[in-house]
Amino acid sequence: MFRYYLDLALRSLRRSPGLTALMILTIGFGVAASMTAWSVFRAVSGDPIPWKSSRLYVPQIDMWGPSAQVGNNDPDKGPPDALDYEDAVALMRDHRATLQSAMYMVGPAVVPSQPGKHPINVSGHAVFSEFFPLVDAPFAYGNGWSANDDTQRANVVVISGKLNDKVFGGGNSVGKTLDMEGRDYRVVGVLGDWHPQPTYYDVVNAGGFNIDPEDVFLPFNTAISIGMPNQGNTNCNVVPQAGFVGLQHSSCIWIAYLAQLDDAAAAQAYKTYLEGVARQRYPSWAPNVRLRGLMEWLDYEHVVPPDTKVSLLVALGLLLVCLVNTAGLLLAKFLRRSGEIGVRRALGAPRTAIYAQFLTEAGMIGAAGGVLGLLLTGIGVASVGLVMPRDIAALARVDVSLLLTTLLVAVVASVLAALYPTFRASRVQPAWQLKSN
Amino acid sequence: MDLHIRPILVALRRHKAGTVLIALQIALTLAIVCNAIFIIHARLANLSEASGVDEANVFVIENQWAAEQPTAQVDAQVQADLLALRQLPAVRDATPANGYPLQGGGWDNFVTLTPEQTQPVTDSAVYMGDEHFIDSLGLRLIAGRNFRPGDVMVMGTQQAITPPVVIVSKALAERLFPDGSALGKSFYAMGSTPSTIVGIVDPLHRQGVDQWSNGYAGQALIWPLRADDGRGIFYIVRAKPGQLAAAMREAPKALYAQSRMRVIDPKDGIQDYATIRHKVYDSDRGMAILMGIICVVLLAITAAGIVGLTSFWVGQRRKQIGVRRALGATRGDILGYFLTENFLIAGGGALLGIVLAVGFNLWMMARFEMARLPAWYVLAGVLVLLLLGQGAVMAPALRASRVSPVEATRSV
Repeated sequence: MFRYYLDLALRSLRRSPGLTALMILTIGFGVAASMTAWSVFRAVSGDPIPWKSSRLYVPQIDMWGPSAQVGNNDPDKGPPDALDYEDAVALMRDHRATLQSAMYMVGPAVVPSQPGKHPINVSGHAVFSEFFPLVDAPFAYGNGWSANDDTQRANVVVISGKLNDKVFGGGNSVGKTLDMEGRDYRVVGVLGDWHPQPTYYDVVNAGGFNIDPEDVFLPFNTAISIGMPNQGNTNCNVVPQAGFVGLQHSSCIWIAYLAQLDDAAAAQAYKTYLEGVARQRYPSWAPNVRLRGLMEWLDYEHVVPPDTKVSLLVALGLLLVCLVNTAGLLLAKFLRRSGEIGVRRALGAPRTAIYAQFLTEAGMIGAAGGVLGLLLTGIGVASVGLVMPRDIAALARVDVSLLLTTLLVAVVASVLAALYPTFRASRVQPAWQLKSN
Repeated sequence: MDLHIRPILVALRRHKAGTVLIALQIALTLAIVCNAIFIIHARLANLSEASGVDEANVFVIENQWAAEQPTAQVDAQVQADLLALRQLPAVRDATPANGYPLQGGGWDNFVTLTPEQTQPVTDSAVYMGDEHFIDSLGLRLIAGRNFRPGDVMVMGTQQAITPPVVIVSKALAERLFPDGSALGKSFYAMGSTPSTIVGIVDPLHRQGVDQWSNGYAGQALIWPLRADDGRGIFYIVRAKPGQLAAAMREAPKALYAQSRMRVIDPKDGIQDYATIRHKVYDSDRGMAILMGIICVVLLAITAAGIVGLTSFWVGQRRKQIGVRRALGATRGDILGYFLTENFLIAGGGALLGIVLAVGFNLWMMARFEMARLPAWYVLAGVLVLLLLGQGAVMAPALRASRVSPVEATRSV
């Protein structure tokens, strides 16, 4: 029976090629626009560490007090979105989470060992040894450093595969020496392919999305003790004393913090602990702390660029217009065949048969529109770079799930658009049609 | 031409579904197109924002130090670098800086008129440079004087120094002293000592183009400081007219000849202002293009939809048209009938569209910090869609007007 409907549909579509082409184009463009926008949105709003994000938390403590809330646009009146040095160090010392790391962004210059090569500037983070298991960073060679290296302020470094290629020409460089800012660091690990997007462990400074992964990670205590300056944002409520040491004694915020808490009870206990810390350190105001889960944190920090949301919305609007348009055209097309419907009904075809016939026809248009949509989506995703910032456009990809979604959306959209026209077609009174002929 | 609206309305009642679908499509198209064009307009306005910089001749070098040095050593190097840059034949002037208009680096300070004030008057971008800053950027000094060499102080890494003199942008001067008396007055910018305004420039863009700073647009101050940051420094260089390319080639060579212990990224360590402007407004330009494409596709689809549905109606009513023609209706009457019919449907759709457009805009204002959609945008949108409808209906309507009266006598 289905083959009969397919045959009928093909005949009908061939009878009015202009209208058919118009519907296919409409569906194709509508679907392609929304799928292209979706591919970008999907890429920027995704979970950077899906297997673990539910166990990662970002603590916040209000170190500035109510007087700094005057200009705070946040309706929640939450604390600042980073920690000052002393709070971060206190949290690290108490060590209440399963894994945790305070961190700050650095941008040292690496001096290649080969003579005649210019120094290169790299970006990275000063972190604690628990950072690597915390973010599940994969190592190509070697490992992170030990907790002992943290306390000893060891001159060790973990480098990216890319920097390894650039400076050492690739290979197992564990044990080699890297010259940063005129100091020697022993390479203890070379990272594998690791480039989480967004750079979730420090979105405030590493921004949302970058084309290149970070190159170096060195011990936090080492970086502090040699005074390696902070490359990220420094936000002050009161102007600090001069220099890097002044910054460490100030209430300026410049340190990011990530903690792993394995269940809800642990998270609750940690929050209570944070309140205790706040009460003890800032007795002059009521403790104002937050403990946001990673995904909630990314949302709070508006990591998804608003432009991608607006584009997706407008593209969905376009798809809606395409649907309404297709519904109108299908209505015209189906009702034009009232005579044919009348004959089929008079010969005993039940309403369900009419439904099956016309929905099959709509499904075929949808499938054809979907194939066109696939093509246009491919072109769209490839040219996203022309209209979106490079770092975001680079994330948009065509994959099997996008292709399947495109086809599915096209077919479902066409069948939805055909529901009302089909309903009208099924109400055609056989007697009237036969009489008027 | 005598247009009878009542028979059209009666006929439309027999095509309720089709009428409603076209009207709905026009309404949605209007809502989306109005808001999209509004976005385009806002983004294009960003693209042409004035920076105050002599953009044809200015470029920026991002110079980072390869090893840590004490401030005195950095300062000696910076002074030597500047001397070398200013002596280049293609260079007119050069200044050290902590940031540059439109894009990079720098920071903001709250500004108060008294030291005790807890609620700041406003927020200002902070530039640091020496007595060559104004000439190197090509800023227009509209009142007061430039810095003198003696005004310039040295500022090390993460040091906070408040110089006693400051040059401000006109926007900041007017925000602080709306009566126009800014010159000679002083204010506090997160320091315990005041800075006195000795000069006013106009315009001077902030370092960034982020949306949050829209409320502080054009508000900037320049302090006479050499920002000898141990991490790095910007050199803003102004080439002699027409010698930008030569200056950009010579400058890094001159710097490396001074010292090799520096990093100037070969990819984007040196950028002219055309590149900077292009990069900064990348996403704005992209959004404008994207919204433009979507508008064109939407209008095309809606027009095609009107053509398709009207063609169907014409086909369906050939006999009735024939009867009207046989009873004396002219071709013009038939054409007028379809044009009026479309006008009524499009008008109804447009009314709904106005509501949707405003609703959509209000929602975007709440969610995405959009501005309010001006009424004339909606009115222009209504006009465009009505014209589009009339244009789209023209072809099928002309075909209808050519239906011969003989059709009346034929059976279908």
